[in-house]
Amino acid sequence: MDPIKTKIQTRSKETRQEIWGQLLSYAAIILIVAVVCSIFMFVASKGLATFTKDHASLRDFLFTTDWSPTTMGKDGRPLVGALPMIAGSFGVTVLAVIFATPFALGTALYMTQLAGKHGQKLLQSVTELLVGIPSVVYGFIGLNVVVPFVREHFGGSGYGILSGAFVLFVMVLPTITSLTVDSLRAVPSHYQAASLALGATEWQTMYKVTLRAALPGILTAIVFGMARAFGEALAVQMVIGNATLMPHGLLTASSTLTSVLTMGIGNTVMGTVGNNALWSLALVLLLMSLLFNLVVKWIGRKGRI
Amino acid sequence: MVNEYLTTKDVHLFYGQKEALKGINLAFPQTGIHALIGPSGCGKSTYLRCLNRMNDLIPSVKITGEIELDGVDIYQPKTDTVELRRQVGMVFQQPNPFPFSIYENVAYGLKLSGRQSKEFLDERVEQSLKQAAVWEEVKDQLGDSALSLSGGQQQRVCIARVLAVQPSVILLDEPTSALDPVSSNLIEEMLLTLREDYSCIIVTHNLQQASRISETTSFFLNGSLIESGPTKEIFVEPKKQETDDYLSGRFG
Repeated sequence: MDPIKTKIQTRSKETRQEIWGQLLSYAAIILIVAVVCSIFMFVASKGLATFTKDHASLRDFLFTTDWSPTTMGKDGRPLVGALPMIAGSFGVTVLAVIFATPFALGTALYMTQLAGKHGQKLLQSVTELLVGIPSVVYGFIGLNVVVPFVREHFGGSGYGILSGAFVLFVMVLPTITSLTVDSLRAVPSHYQAASLALGATEWQTMYKVTLRAALPGILTAIVFGMARAFGEALAVQMVIGNATLMPHGLLTASSTLTSVLTMGIGNTVMGTVGNNALWSLALVLLLMSLLFNLVVKWIGRKGRI
Repeated sequence: MVNEYLTTKDVHLFYGQKEALKGINLAFPQTGIHALIGPSGCGKSTYLRCLNRMNDLIPSVKITGEIELDGVDIYQPKTDTVELRRQVGMVFQQPNPFPFSIYENVAYGLKLSGRQSKEFLDERVEQSLKQAAVWEEVKDQLGDSALSLSGGQQQRVCIARVLAVQPSVILLDEPTSALDPVSSNLIEEMLLTLREDYSCIIVTHNLQQASRISETTSFFLNGSLIESGPTKEIFVEPKKQETDDYLSGRFG
C-alpha cells in the first residue's frame, strides 16, 4: 500500500484525542444522570414506603394535621398528617419572597440604572457577601435579634413563621437581587434610547420598558428565591419554634418540612415508620424543587423574545 | 435660508478632551428633507444627537454653542428634555421596536403623557401607521409582537411610533442602512410624503439616497461642516475640493 493511503486510513493522533475527549464527557454526563436518578429513586422508594409498607393514607398525609408517625390512629394507620409542615414551608417561603422582592427590585434597579461605577461595585460585593454567610450564622442572628424583636413588637413567644420569614428574607435577598440584576443588564440599551427619544422620563423608561422587558427574568429570579427559601433548613429551624402543629397565625411556634427533617432524621431508626415518614417529607421537598425548576423553564420558554 | 426653524450656531462638542464637533453653523426650515453626509466618524451622527439632546446620556460630553428650536435655546438649564424630545423625534439606525405589540409600540409615546381615551389612541395609531406606509401590512395583526415583523416593517413601525407624538422635527440616523433595497425604497417614498409637514434631518451613507430625497445637503468631515447648500449644487458643482473628492469616491 502506498504511504498516503495508509496515512489517511489510520486514525491520526488528533482524532484519537477527540474520541477520548468525547468518551470522557459522556462518562461524566452518565455519572451525573445516574447520581440524580438514584437520589430520586432512593428518596422515592423510602418516601413511598410510608404508604405502601406502613399503610398510611396519602390523604391523611396531605390533608390532616396530626403528626405522630410512631403512634397509630383509630383506623390502625400511622398518624402522618404533614399539613402543618407543608403549610409552614409555604408560609415562610411566600412571606420571605414577598418581603424580599421589592427590596431586591429596588436594589437591582439602582445598581443597573442609577448607580455610578463605585456604587455598583459596592452593592455587588455586599450582595455577594450576603450569599457567602453560612446559614447557621443567619440562624444565630435570627435567634438573638429577630426572635426578641418579634416577641417585643408583634407578641407571642417570638418563634414562628414571621421570624422564619424575616431570616429567610435576608437569605433570599441576594439570590433575587443578583438574578434580577442579570436580567436587567440583558435588556438591550436601544430600548432605553428609543423610549427616552420619544420623550419618556428616566423613571417612565425604567418602569414601562426596562422592567417590562426584563419581566421573565425577574419572575425567574423570584422562583429561584422561592426554591432557596423552601429548601433552607438550619436557619429556619433555629427560629421557627419546631412545633408540629398547624400554624394558627404568624406568631405561633410551627415547623417546616426541612426543620422537621433535620430535627428528626437522627432520632429515628432506618426502616421504621417514623423514619419512612420523614423520607416522605423529603420526597415532598424534592418534588417541590422539581416543580420550581419546571416553572423556571416554563417562564424561560414563554418569555423568550 | 428662509424660515429658519431649527438653528445651530457655533456648536462644539467634546468627548472628554477630544473635540468631535468643531463649530457647526446650520439652519433648517420647518419642512423638507435635509441630508447630512460624510465619512464614518466625521461627527454627523453626533451632531444629529445634539438636536434632541440624546448626547446628554453619555457622561463626559460637553457641548457649547447655541441650538435654537423655534427661537428657544434648547440647552438652557431649564429646558425640559421630555418636551424637547417630543418635539424632535428620532429614528435609529437599527430598527428598535419595544418587545411589545405593534399597537403598544405606536401608542407608547402617547400614553406617556397620561391616560388617553381608547378612541383617541386607536385613531392616532391608525393614522400614524398609515403615514408610515405600514398600515396595510399590519392592520390585521396589531396585537402581535412588533419583533415578529421583518426589519423593514419594524423600521416603519418605529417611524410610526415617532409620528404618533406629532413632533415638528424628525431626526433619522441612517434609517435604511440595515435594510434591504425594497424596504429602503418604501421608507424613502414615505419620507417624500412626510417632508410636506415635517422637518426631516437624515444622516445617510447612501449618496444616491441623499441626492434622491433631500432638498438640502451638508457635508461633514472630521467634525467640521465643509459645505452646505441645495442638494443639486452640492452634488453637481461642489465648491470645496474635499466635497468633490468625497462625492467622487476618492476617500471615505
